[in-house]
Amino acid sequence: MRQHVLGPIDEFPPGSRRIVELEGRSIGVFNVDGRLYALRNRCPHQGAPLCLGPVAPLVTAPCPGSYVAERAEVIRCPWHGWEFQLSDGRSWVDPEGTRVRAYPVEVRGGQVLIQMR
Amino acid sequence: MTVDAARDPSPAARPARPAIVDADIHNTWPEPAALDSYLPERWRRLRARLGERLHPGAQYPRLNPAAARTDAWPPDGGLPGSNLDLMRDQLLDRWSIEHGILNPLLEAGELLNLEYGAAFARAVNDWQVAEWLEPEPRLRASITVPYEDAPLAVAEIERRGGDRRFVQVLLASRTLEPLGRRRYWPMYAAAEAADLPIGIHFGGAGGFPTTAAGLPSFYFEEHAGMATVFQDQLTSLVFEGVFERFPRLRVVLIEGGFAWLLPLMWRLDRTWGMLREELPHVTRPPSDTIRERVFLTTQPIEEPPQPQLLARLLDRMDMDAHLLFATDYPHWDFDAPDRALPGVLGGARRDRLLRGNARALYRFG
Amino acid sequence: MVRRVIDCVVHAEVASVEQLVPHMPPHWQAVVSETGFRGPYVATQPAGAPTVCAPRFARPDGVIEGSEPGHITRVLDRWSADVGILCCDYAVDGIRNPDAAAALASAVNDWVVETWLPADERFRASLVLPIAQPEAAAAEIDRLGRHPRVVQALLPVRSAAPYGDRRYLPVFAAADRAGIAVGLRFGGNPGNPPTGTGWPSYFAEEHAGMPAVFQTQLLSLIAEGVFERFAELRLALLGSGFGWLPAFVWRLDKEWRGMRREIPWVRRAPSATIADRVRIALQPIDVPATELGAVLDELPVDDLLMFCTDHPRWQFDADDDALPAAIPEPVRARIAGPVARDFYRLS
Repeated sequence: MRQHVLGPIDEFPPGSRRIVELEGRSIGVFNVDGRLYALRNRCPHQGAPLCLGPVAPLVTAPCPGSYVAERAEVIRCPWHGWEFQLSDGRSWVDPEGTRVRAYPVEVRGGQVLIQMR
Repeated sequence: MTVDAARDPSPAARPARPAIVDADIHNTWPEPAALDSYLPERWRRLRARLGERLHPGAQYPRLNPAAARTDAWPPDGGLPGSNLDLMRDQLLDRWSIEHGILNPLLEAGELLNLEYGAAFARAVNDWQVAEWLEPEPRLRASITVPYEDAPLAVAEIERRGGDRRFVQVLLASRTLEPLGRRRYWPMYAAAEAADLPIGIHFGGAGGFPTTAAGLPSFYFEEHAGMATVFQDQLTSLVFEGVFERFPRLRVVLIEGGFAWLLPLMWRLDRTWGMLREELPHVTRPPSDTIRERVFLTTQPIEEPPQPQLLARLLDRMDMDAHLLFATDYPHWDFDAPDRALPGVLGGARRDRLLRGNARALYRFG
Repeated sequence: MVRRVIDCVVHAEVASVEQLVPHMPPHWQAVVSETGFRGPYVATQPAGAPTVCAPRFARPDGVIEGSEPGHITRVLDRWSADVGILCCDYAVDGIRNPDAAAALASAVNDWVVETWLPADERFRASLVLPIAQPEAAAAEIDRLGRHPRVVQALLPVRSAAPYGDRRYLPVFAAADRAGIAVGLRFGGNPGNPPTGTGWPSYFAEEHAGMPAVFQTQLLSLIAEGVFERFAELRLALLGSGFGWLPAFVWRLDKEWRGMRREIPWVRRAPSATIADRVRIALQPIDVPATELGAVLDELPVDDLLMFCTDHPRWQFDADDDALPAAIPEPVRARIAGPVARDFYRLS
């Protein structure tokens, strides 16, 4: 486990998204309403820059014609629209088989820290 | 959300890779007024008042704005596909595209005012020359034509035929009549005479419901269902004897996928065998004709549950010399040149798909 | 000969409107005689087309093959079939007068129930519906759907709107209430062109183009969540062929992975829904014999296909080609009967 300091928390305000390079990997760091997430910036489908896609609540439907915005946030790949949960990088349509690496990220002493394996 | 990097931040230091031909790129204008300087005054004024009057087609929210990759918006605020610099950065340079074929989806053929459609098509083609072909030698273009009026379409084909940077004639896949019908034959004659393939691209609106069962509700149906339109158009071309009538004509089906083609060939052979009395002008089994004259772009690439099924399909389909790799940049269903074709396809086949077949069809030296 | 065969598509042909008149209410009997109305005059296939009646079945005496129960009894005998599911292609969907369409549909169904079913205990019936009026179609299913020998509601595959469209919900609700399957059948006369790009010149194009319409309908039923709304819905494709299905399923799953958000009620990959809920009549076998193994291998489920002769339609020349030996066992034995027996809940 290696830890990296990304910077002070006020460089990652709510609503922000930043792409950082760490250990040769491109990683997207998100602050969604105060919650921090970090995902590998590469879609497992065709290698798109996943972390440039739109972030929104997951939309589910109890029945046709009903649309419910869940609390879980997902990012949609900018290319083909595959959805991945920000919290753990699992895809919505194939959570076991298709996922992107999610990195633990936290704030300590006013600094944003990310764990890499 | 603020975004530090508007685009993939790890571009430049890539190893050189073999050159690719991209058979489907969508150039467009940054905003509609950009075409005005290419239109005669009369049409410029009409356009400002009434815009483009088309067949209504069907309207859906489409996955992303402009149906494009969300990372393909230029910093200058224009539409995806409107900025040549960004196209170089994200596509031509990034993927070592040696030749890219522009298919502007600017609806000249759908305009109800046919005379305007002809002027519009001419303006689009002039714009392509000035703003795409002249500044970027890797690009080639498709001739936009008002395809619902054969004489007007022929005039535009003949106007451009001498400029070999135009490599095909561009039609949309949903037309007023099935494309094998006689109203389109003069256009095929002109294309054949100019030694240009006919490219038929996903989309269009011919004025009827978009399926034989009426209008679907969702973009999912429209997008996945376009394969049925390609099937019907190919059936029409074959059963109307277009390939017999125009013995040198080649057709390219663009952005329709291709896995549906093998079962369709079986189907057409079977129906032809049963109903030959109706089709005396169809002198060969349809599958023979298709294997000789019809080309298809690979995008959207088929994604079977196991990649080896794709290799097996290609083995059985026997169209290896007729498949052309395409990205469809900048649309959302973009196929990445390094990832779309599964590794299982093998070196020689990949080479043909990625460059060899297009070089031969479009006569790139 | 394989035992326990079920022939899931045999055609009961209406030879003329006179056969239906005795089953009509007095008003419509009067309309027929006063207006000279002969019933629908546009059918899916030209009456004399070889595809309608295989040349070897054509009768020299002018009688339409399939217009009498005895014709089909002989087919079931030939195949040692336990059950023959009658399908009638009578084109009420092309009749614009909503009341005439409903009356004709009811007359056809009564004609089948009253003159066909008693003639052979192996016969089962499929309901013809005035589908242009979904509420009337639902009422017809409510009227006859619980008859013990009615097993499905027939919908012509060409329609005015795709069948997932919410206007058709009453029809699926009625089928659900009655506990019968829904069968999409080759044909239909809704008034739309037979393709999404206009009117083709040749009947051959319509014939070859029908699978594309089945694909459109499957797309619609899946996208609109009809299989989610009706958890018991069983859908049969009759006359679609199946060679096109693997490529189609690959594409649907691919699209769904990215476009799920537009249709969020579709919680499963389309291939899973098709595997569970859709079955396909064996004819036409639109796959060359040398390709059958590969295609069967690629189907989303082993138990997809249900044997039929599609009599008297021209689908095969020799009996051996109706259920080819090239289909490997044990799938072949299941196609012969068990899949249809399960699907149609036949005892």
